[in-house]
Amino acid sequence: MFGFHYRLERNTIGFVLAVIVAASIGGIVEIAPLFTIDETVEEAPDMRVYTPLELAGRNIYIREGCYACHSQMIRALRDEVERYGPYSLAVESQYDHPMLWGSKRTGPDLARVGGKYSDDWHVAHLNDPRDVVPQSVMPAYRWLSRTELDSDDLGLHLKAMRRVGVPYTDAMIVNAENDAYGQAAPGSKRAPGVAERYGEGTNIRAFDGESDRLTEMDALVAYLQILGRLTDAAYERKTEAEE
Amino acid sequence: MVSRLTRGERELAIGILVLLGFLGLAMTAAGGDGPLGIHGLVVIACAVGTTFVVIAGLFATEPGDDRLSRYYDDPSKVGIVLAIVWGVVGMFVGDWVAWLLAYPEMTFDAAWASFGRLRPVHTTGVIFGFGGNALIATSFHVMQRTCRARLPDQISPWFVLLGYNLFCILAVSGYLMGLTQSKEYAEPEWYADIWLVVVWTAYFLLYLRTLARRQEPHIYVANWYYLAFILVVAILHIVNNLAVPVSLGHAKSYSLFAGVQDAMTQWWYGHNAVAFFLTAGFLGMLYYYLPKRAGRPIFSYRLSIVSFWGITFFYIWVGSHHLHYTALPHWVQTLGMTFSVMLLVPSWASAANALLTLNGAWHKVRDDAALRFMMVAAVFYGLSTFEGSFLAIRPVNSLSHYTDWTVGHVHAGALGWVAFITFGSIYAVVPRLWRCREMYSARLVEVHFWLALAGTVIYVFAMWNSGIIQGLMWRTYNESGTLTYSFIDSLVAMHPYYIARAVGGLFFLSGAVVALYNVWKTARLAAGEQTEAAGDTPVAAPAAAGSLQAGE
Amino acid sequence: MEIDHGMLVAFAKSFGLFYLIAFSVAVLVYAFRPSNRSRFERAAHSILDDEAGPWR
Repeated sequence: MFGFHYRLERNTIGFVLAVIVAASIGGIVEIAPLFTIDETVEEAPDMRVYTPLELAGRNIYIREGCYACHSQMIRALRDEVERYGPYSLAVESQYDHPMLWGSKRTGPDLARVGGKYSDDWHVAHLNDPRDVVPQSVMPAYRWLSRTELDSDDLGLHLKAMRRVGVPYTDAMIVNAENDAYGQAAPGSKRAPGVAERYGEGTNIRAFDGESDRLTEMDALVAYLQILGRLTDAAYERKTEAEE
Repeated sequence: MVSRLTRGERELAIGILVLLGFLGLAMTAAGGDGPLGIHGLVVIACAVGTTFVVIAGLFATEPGDDRLSRYYDDPSKVGIVLAIVWGVVGMFVGDWVAWLLAYPEMTFDAAWASFGRLRPVHTTGVIFGFGGNALIATSFHVMQRTCRARLPDQISPWFVLLGYNLFCILAVSGYLMGLTQSKEYAEPEWYADIWLVVVWTAYFLLYLRTLARRQEPHIYVANWYYLAFILVVAILHIVNNLAVPVSLGHAKSYSLFAGVQDAMTQWWYGHNAVAFFLTAGFLGMLYYYLPKRAGRPIFSYRLSIVSFWGITFFYIWVGSHHLHYTALPHWVQTLGMTFSVMLLVPSWASAANALLTLNGAWHKVRDDAALRFMMVAAVFYGLSTFEGSFLAIRPVNSLSHYTDWTVGHVHAGALGWVAFITFGSIYAVVPRLWRCREMYSARLVEVHFWLALAGTVIYVFAMWNSGIIQGLMWRTYNESGTLTYSFIDSLVAMHPYYIARAVGGLFFLSGAVVALYNVWKTARLAAGEQTEAAGDTPVAAPAAAGSLQAGE
Repeated sequence: MEIDHGMLVAFAKSFGLFYLIAFSVAVLVYAFRPSNRSRFERAAHSILDDEAGPWR
């Protein structure tokens, strides 16, 4: 054994291997069981995937670095549950590539912000947060309303998501661009397809107030309005606990 | 610098740069007018610019074989200067965003200038730009000295250093365009990540090749830390950045993992970036430059070995303490918490080892600001590792997590430990690299020390206060059993602390600017001195080489 | 043998402890073994005088 140590120190490669062994086992032991966690995780048969418009909104949320100040993870603590809603379940972020749990709350948690405010409120708030919350320190995102959403490659985005395991159907991928337009233009020819593919409960509204233009504001508000609403699992669990 | 390369090496450099240029061209072709295309142009510009530098010196006199009897320090010199430049840029952006939190209107109506895009510029600028360059530059210096061997060749160190800076440029310019994977401290997109793997592999091989040439049977412990830094960062980087790009023409990618797996992988990466980037690498610096500067061997070499394996082994388990009370399984949280507490043992062993080394040299600490930088670094290392273990305890974390306390903790480590040991090492290494007796101005080192210390203390105290107040306000109940404060109440209470924090940051930034000036003047002064001293060079090093060096 | 979640978790929860103990013992033995003393002393002093240039 001592001879082994001696050679270890003499031999750089041996040293390198020792570091790899020492340093990688912890990670493997911790992470490996998480890949079989599906066996134990809550079931959520009603869980739906993000629509193309919501996915585009999520990408804008990522692009602007919203995750740096807003978490999307309500911890199982009394004050958090009372402030933000039922605590977050693992299943709720199963289609989140990447997850946006966040690490800092310069602003409030957003895990259940969907449906909490009106679309108009969100649009006003994003254009200038201090118009609606005078003490806010959030940046104003005025360019979202004036920028058209880049939607022509949404099909490719859905395809990439399917490759990492999100169950998008062929129809969803083919119609991605149409669905993005349809979701923000109720009453248009393209709107019914969205409800058909993503469920009757899908929000189909002119999120930024104008149904003739598809802007980045539409996408981001559509995303914010679905946060915490992809499945009712957390709410059902809460009711069970109360009974 | 180019004159120190042989003709063959100059041609090889041009060859590599041409290849890089074609790579940029391919990116432009694939990416069109999207961000990937713009990054292609950035790559081409970097390749062309560097090619011009090499071509300008292509026909300069070649160095003789006597170069092999000296250490090769040119890449270290450039790396040190780059580190400080990145430091100033990164800290400037950091202070800017700190003021934005106090006065959110103080900005332009443009996407690139918003908090969310500037914040990763700050983190990447200081961690990877400042810290990374300092690690690369000092590791080249330390490995040559401790191995008593010259770098194995003259091209790969440049490839590593400049390639790494290209990665940093791609990262930072990407954030301004809105390119990010959203994984904290791993934001750059897939192609930049692949490039970093190439550079990092060259770095690793360079280290191994230098070690293989060593004349000392025993590998000095500083190299262990540097090597662990290189090796484990490679593993972390590759695993955490596994992603599927939308297409080869798209900059955007989707992370391979989702939800809870992604969170665990990210914080396994995130905390080990702290461990192996911000701790192990800088401990390598500490274990070389502190004893060297103090003129005393390390207090206990054995303790340094024990703490090395302790840190390597314990750190890797602790990432899950970032996810207490979340949807991560409870037992994984407990595991992370336990190991975080145990981690205190090797961490304090290192800190104590450093401080005990100074025992008997306290008069030097009093007189020499460079050594004082290192001493304060060791103290802050001890403090922030204690705080880290404390914050990892689940009930404490329930209060501290998501608040400014975390930010304060990170900066106690990043300013007090990482930046202090780096500046101390820079002040120790610069006079040796440029071969002059001391820094241009010892007074300015002194000024920098007090600016940095004041800045750190103001920053950390401001964040402790705001973090604890924030955490307490969020969980305060009134008599009727409902929450007393709205979220916005807690935000309003933060305002004075956000101003204090930005002032502290400004102090620290000013110190870094002073350091840049001082290093620059030292380099200029040394160049002047060497022109005069060229005639005194011993026979072994002909005057020609000396004067060339001065002309660079 | 089927690798299921329960097994992985049980392994993760138990194995780490033994691994930790074995590892610590190995490191401590190496660091405090008397015959290594002179080597470490030499290494600790080796950095104090290393500016002369590479040994060839």
